[in-house]
Amino acid sequence: MEELKLPVYLDNSATTPVDPRVLETMLPYFTENFGNAASRNHSFGWVAEEAVDYAREQVAQLINANPKEIIFTSGATEAINLAIKGVADMYAKQGNHIITVKTEHKAVIDTCKNLQKKGIDITFLEVQPDGLINLEELEKAFTPKTILVSVMFANNEIGVIQPIEEIARITHKHGALFMTDATQAAGKIPIDVQKTGIDLMTFTAHKMYGPKGVGALYVRRKNPRVKVTAQIDGGGHERGMRSGTLNVPGIVGFGKAAELCRLEMDTESKRLSELRDKLEQALLKLEESYVNGNTQHRLPHISNISFKYVEGEGLMMGFNKNIAVSSGSACTSASLEPSYVLVALGLDDELAHSSIRFSLGRFTTEAQIDYTIEQVANAVNRMRELSPLWEMHKEGIDLKTIQWSEH
Amino acid sequence: MAYSDKVLDHYNNPRNVGTLDKSKKSVGTGLVGAPECGDVMRLQIEVDEETGLITDAKFKTFGCGSAIASSSLATEWLKGKTVNEALTIDNMDIVEELHLPPVKIHCSVLAEDAIKAAINDYRVKNGLEPIKFEESIIH
Ligand SMILES: Cc1ncc(COP(=O)(O)O)c(C=O)c1O
Ligand code: FES
Repeated sequence: MEELKLPVYLDNSATTPVDPRVLETMLPYFTENFGNAASRNHSFGWVAEEAVDYAREQVAQLINANPKEIIFTSGATEAINLAIKGVADMYAKQGNHIITVKTEHKAVIDTCKNLQKKGIDITFLEVQPDGLINLEELEKAFTPKTILVSVMFANNEIGVIQPIEEIARITHKHGALFMTDATQAAGKIPIDVQKTGIDLMTFTAHKMYGPKGVGALYVRRKNPRVKVTAQIDGGGHERGMRSGTLNVPGIVGFGKAAELCRLEMDTESKRLSELRDKLEQALLKLEESYVNGNTQHRLPHISNISFKYVEGEGLMMGFNKNIAVSSGSACTSASLEPSYVLVALGLDDELAHSSIRFSLGRFTTEAQIDYTIEQVANAVNRMRELSPLWEMHKEGIDLKTIQWSEH
Repeated sequence: MAYSDKVLDHYNNPRNVGTLDKSKKSVGTGLVGAPECGDVMRLQIEVDEETGLITDAKFKTFGCGSAIASSSLATEWLKGKTVNEALTIDNMDIVEELHLPPVKIHCSVLAEDAIKAAINDYRVKNGLEPIKFEESIIH
């Protein structure tokens, strides 16, 4: 038996640790190679520029792009803002309608809502109960004014992968640009921007074993040549699209991280999906537990499960000293709202409150998965002993018939 | 946000988990919250008719750790009190005892509401008027 290493980190969709090989590559760029990549007149600058160029190639290669199509940013959130606002500004003459989806990350949703206030029309598509969008509904959403469609590659809460190639095709048929937030998918599953017809794509290093605070926007240069209006003004870095001194160590780390993901993707996704399936199958043996989202079109390392009649946050407390996961229940603030992603799938609020997201990663071991199965199953059983809803369910009472006190 | 030791203690060793026979006249049951809000608390008291003392209290809670701890603590405090004394239990006493942070105050409000609901259920069963409480502010 391999040794069990605690605590167990199963929240890799939130962020990943930096791979030691990535860190090692970065370190010299904090100290001896500290130059500003924009300094053209001395070796400090040249060394930094060369490192950035190399990283740009590594990042481009991960998604089969040209290095010139990569714009480095501070992360996916900034890249998303630049892509959506930048397209809305640049193509304002062509139209003012954007199509996106209710289950997008807040970075997309709130950017679109911001534009809405400025007079841009936004369509938020519904999703089907399995989390996939309905392509016919997408078709119907286009207007002659549609300039952009933004659909995430894979969802951060349930891991569901959208039919990106078809969405891109439909989008182009209507003469709009297609953007995808690939923050969760990049480095985990193959992405080929050429083959798939992606015009703009956003991703970030800290979800793929690189450092926090560095991400990228892919902007297509040919067929068609896509342009975005800069959202940060200054020294004209990144071909004028994103000013600001480049985060050289971060970018170097991003490059290395992208390269490792590319080289290890096949073996790693196979290993992780086997571990994920083991975890999922074991936990589904518990009564009244359900997987959320489509399980065919899904990232290999994510499983989102609702354990009916127990509340997610209370459940997590049963094992969170040793196991880190996240919950779709947000009963932590004045707003008692559960995950809007799960609610968009049509889940009862109650089931949404009962959900846990497990996201595995490069450093997850089988011993940790075995331990998690045991601990989570125990906690679910223990919480059900404490749950008045479980008792009612066992007595055959339909919870929907009860008059609950309103909040 | 880390939990206080007292919340952890109640969570790990909840006191008085269980169910009293709600058909008994001496038992008052309070069921508050709603599944879609992520919290449901059921709190029950059993009252000795002669002495008016709460002889037993039980709870079951669907909710976060703070909600579980608040209801567990409430059952401890209820036992041995008269019904009138029980009415003086204030949610802020629970907040203080468990060191709940501001975002968890509503969990304690729920416990206070559950106590009041259980007492009213007991009163109605025994031919008394239910007491009208002011709406709790935070939910
Ligand atoms: C799908 C998705 N998009 C965007 C982001 C934001 O990424 P970043 O933290 O790099 O700004 C995240 C991460 O939280 C994400 O999961
Ligand atoms: S029950 Fe809602 S946060 Fe405690």
